[in-house]
Parts: sequence; C-alpha cells; structure tokens
Amino acid sequence: MIHFDQVSKRYQSGHEALRNVSFRLAAGEMAFLTGHSGAGKTTLLRLVALVERASRGQVLIGGQNLNRLVRRKIPYFRRNIGLVFQDHRLLPERTVFDNVALPLVIAGARHQEIARRVRAALDKVGLLGKERLHPITLSGGEQQRVGIARAVVNKPPILLADEPTGNLDPELSREIMGLFSSFSDFGVTVLIATHDIELIQRMNTRTLVLNKGSLVDE
Amino acid sequence: MSKATTPHFERGPRFQLRAWLLRHLQTLFSALGELTRNPLGSAMTAGVLGIALALPAGLYVFLDNVQAVGQNWDGKVQISLFLKDRIDDSAADDFARSLRLRPELRHIQLITRAEALEEYRQLSGFAEALNAFEQENPLPALVLVEPTLRYSEPGAIKGLVAELGALPAVELAQFDLEWLQRLHAIIHTLKRGVVVLAALLALGVLLIVGNTIRLGIENRRAEIEIIQLVGATDAFIRRPFLYSGFCYGLLGAVMAWLLVESGLWLVRAPLAELASLYQADFLLASLSFRASLVLCLAGALLGLAGSWLALRRHLRGVEAE
Repeated sequence: MIHFDQVSKRYQSGHEALRNVSFRLAAGEMAFLTGHSGAGKTTLLRLVALVERASRGQVLIGGQNLNRLVRRKIPYFRRNIGLVFQDHRLLPERTVFDNVALPLVIAGARHQEIARRVRAALDKVGLLGKERLHPITLSGGEQQRVGIARAVVNKPPILLADEPTGNLDPELSREIMGLFSSFSDFGVTVLIATHDIELIQRMNTRTLVLNKGSLVDE
Repeated sequence: MSKATTPHFERGPRFQLRAWLLRHLQTLFSALGELTRNPLGSAMTAGVLGIALALPAGLYVFLDNVQAVGQNWDGKVQISLFLKDRIDDSAADDFARSLRLRPELRHIQLITRAEALEEYRQLSGFAEALNAFEQENPLPALVLVEPTLRYSEPGAIKGLVAELGALPAVELAQFDLEWLQRLHAIIHTLKRGVVVLAALLALGVLLIVGNTIRLGIENRRAEIEIIQLVGATDAFIRRPFLYSGFCYGLLGAVMAWLLVESGLWLVRAPLAELASLYQADFLLASLSFRASLVLCLAGALLGLAGSWLALRRHLRGVEAE
C-alpha cells in the first residue's frame, strides 16, 4: 500500500531530511516509525500525505506514483488518508460532531450518511454522547480520540499518526495504540511516528528506525 | 488506490445537484452567521462600503433630476412673441387668433399688457416701484406659442422663430435655446465625472472588501490548513470567503441606498418650498427600481470580485504543499 523507492527529500534550506529511504508496507499492515527528533519521521509522513513532494526517488501509494499526481488532484488523493496529529488539530469553534464530520462534509456526503458515520466513528473511540461538546472542554486523551475519529470517519485505507501519544500518560497511550491496531485488523494500513520506545517494545510490531534521514533498522 | 477502497458516496445527478445547492445554501448562511458574529466590525465595513457606493449613486440621482427638469422644458418648447407698442388689446387678440390658423403651432396664449403687469407685480416684488408707472404700463403684450413636435426640432425652430419675428405686429420673437444646450453640456460633463468617480470608488470598494477578506484568511489560517489536510479542494476553501465578500458588497449597496434615500428625504421638503417660490411643480425623484437593482448588483459583484482577488493573492500562502 505504501512503497518508498530510494526516496530523498532535500529542503530549500539545503537540509537533507531523508536519504535514499526504501520500504514497503502492505495493506492492513501496521508499523511504527521511530528515531530521534529531527531524524525525518514527520517528513516521511508528509511525503505520504503529499504535503511535500520527494526530491528524488518515488513514493507509490496504492500503486499510484505521487510524483505524477497533479496539484488539483491532491485534495481527492488526501481523502484516502486519515491523519492524526500530536496537537490534535481540531477546530475549536466547532463541536465534536462537526469536527469529526469535516472530511465527510468536504467529500459532499449526504446528511443522514454523515450523522450515521460520525456516530459510528465516535462510538469506536468511546466518545458517543460527547458530540455536542466543544473540544476545549475535553481532556487531552479525549481530544486525541476525537482526532482519531475524524481521521477514520470516511474509512480511509491508510492512517498516518504523528506522535499521537506525545502528550498522553502511559495508560492512555496504550489505549490509543490499541485503537490503531484494531483499525489495522480491519485492513487499514497504519503508520505511526513515535519516539516512545517503551511502548513500541511492548507492542511487538514492525518498526522502521530513522537516523539522520536514513532508514537504519527494521 | 483501487476504486473499491476509496470512500464512495451516492452520486446520482439529481443527488449531486441537490447536494450542490445545499452546500451553497449552507455556505451562504454560515457566511451571514460569520457577519453577525462580529456585528460592529461588519457594520463598520458595510458602512464604509455604503458611503463609497452612495457618492456615485447620489450624484447619479442628482443629475437624473436635473436632466428631468431640463427635459420638462425641452418638451415644452415655447416661443415668446413680444408685440409692438402700438398694438392694443383688441389688435393683440386678433393677432393671436390669426396665429391659430397656422398648422405649425399648437398652443397659443395671449398675455395682455394688463395681465403682464399684474403677473410681474406679483412675482417680482417690485410692486412699489411699478406703482410709479401707474399712468403708463411699460410692458408689451406677449403671445406665447408652442410649435408642434415637428417644428420643435432645433433646425426647424430657428426658421419658425425668424418667420414669426418678421410678422408686422411682432417686435421681437424670442426663443432661448442656448441655456438649454448649456445645461445639457453641463449635465454631460458631470455625467462623465460621475463615471470617473464611480470607477475610483469601485476600486476603493474592491480594496476594502479585499482587505477584509485578507484579514479573514489570516484569522482562519490554521483552520484552512486543517481542512486542506483532510482533503478540501480550493473551491471548498474559497466558497465561504466568496460568499462573505458577496454579502459585504450587498450590505454596502443596501447601506448606500438607505443613505441616498434619506439624503433625498432630507432635501425634498426644502426643495419643494424652493420650487413653489418659482411657481414650479417639481418633485425630487428617488432612485428608480432599476437603478436600485443596478446598485445592489454592482455592490454584490464588487464584493465578490474583491474577495476573489484577495483569495488569489493570499490563499496560495496557506497551501500545505
């Protein structure tokens, strides 16, 4: 589902964030992406979501070469990828329901469809009944779960998470990771960037290790 | 990515049309909601736009009224025939009767010397001075004739005036066309001025709306970035800003209409008094329905254009790529 072939990314400042990175992730596979901060974890995720384009090499997502995807098709491509951020990135003036509904609204889903899917997503993350609340009134863990519900509400085949447990205590982190692995059980390809080594060791999942932009270990 | 794995929603043409309409309605209402969320700021912006639009609209109404006055006189082309001193009342009456036989004239009115004096006494306020002439009326008898439409043309009327002036009973045939031509020239020049002013102020409206929308984009930069990341197209992101630009422009136009109409309302009473002093029956016209429609349309389109320009210039800056 995700295929990096000799991918390098050099920013205009001259900083080389990724060097000759190659790996494959099958559909339904879950993997961690780790390494010290500045190793290129976020850059790698940004290349998958087409927030950035590779300087060299090829990124293939679901068989589609991202180098050949024209600008105006990027929004439609992104609808296939669920994104979870460390700082949640929720819209503070909108309710939990509206935040989760956002990808469906953008895709032009039908009203009843939106309501049904949003409830299903919120149910999955255990927040049913908090739809009418505003994100600011929720705890950090709950906000992160709203972010996850938003990422999976339109059932994307790929789920990317950038330090999703960065601000959470170990128990909440375990809970969130459990959620992610349940999505991969349903066939979603999940790639999680994290530096929480302890958690990774406990999970016994495939791990990609980046060091100064190079993939050093699997 | 295979078709089966991409999010898939019902996509009949009728559903699409309905969804499209619904989406636009939703955006319109949320844009209106956005305006009411900051009522003072929105009112101030609309007020500035209103003043900018009211200036050309007000001048347009003013010129329209002046032109209407001109046309009033235009339609009633009148030649004044001042009769010779030796013509007495009965001779003047005979002369007036003889004019009725002429097919090129359609309306003939005789004002005898006594009537002329009476009218002058009433209107001029020189009654005292005129009393000094009591023995002798200095005013000549006057026949006002109105040519038929065919003879009211500028070319034909000159010949007619010369012909009437040559009649033995007539001392002087007067037709003052010059002031009318001057009035038309002045109106024409002013209209040009209004066009220039309107163009400048339209540019002002464009800049005001553009700047307001730019601030809106700045304020919502984070939000725009998020919805871009979850797959929003440029059109989706632009739509609410375009609608708020449209609303601002329309609100400004409504404000301008109110300003012009209340200005007219304020001027109407004193102007009617002034007109009555000149024994004129003059009614100050409001903005016509068509002009009001044009004003609203122009405001809305300028708002739309202003926000479009701002989006073109500033939305690029928040692209996640």
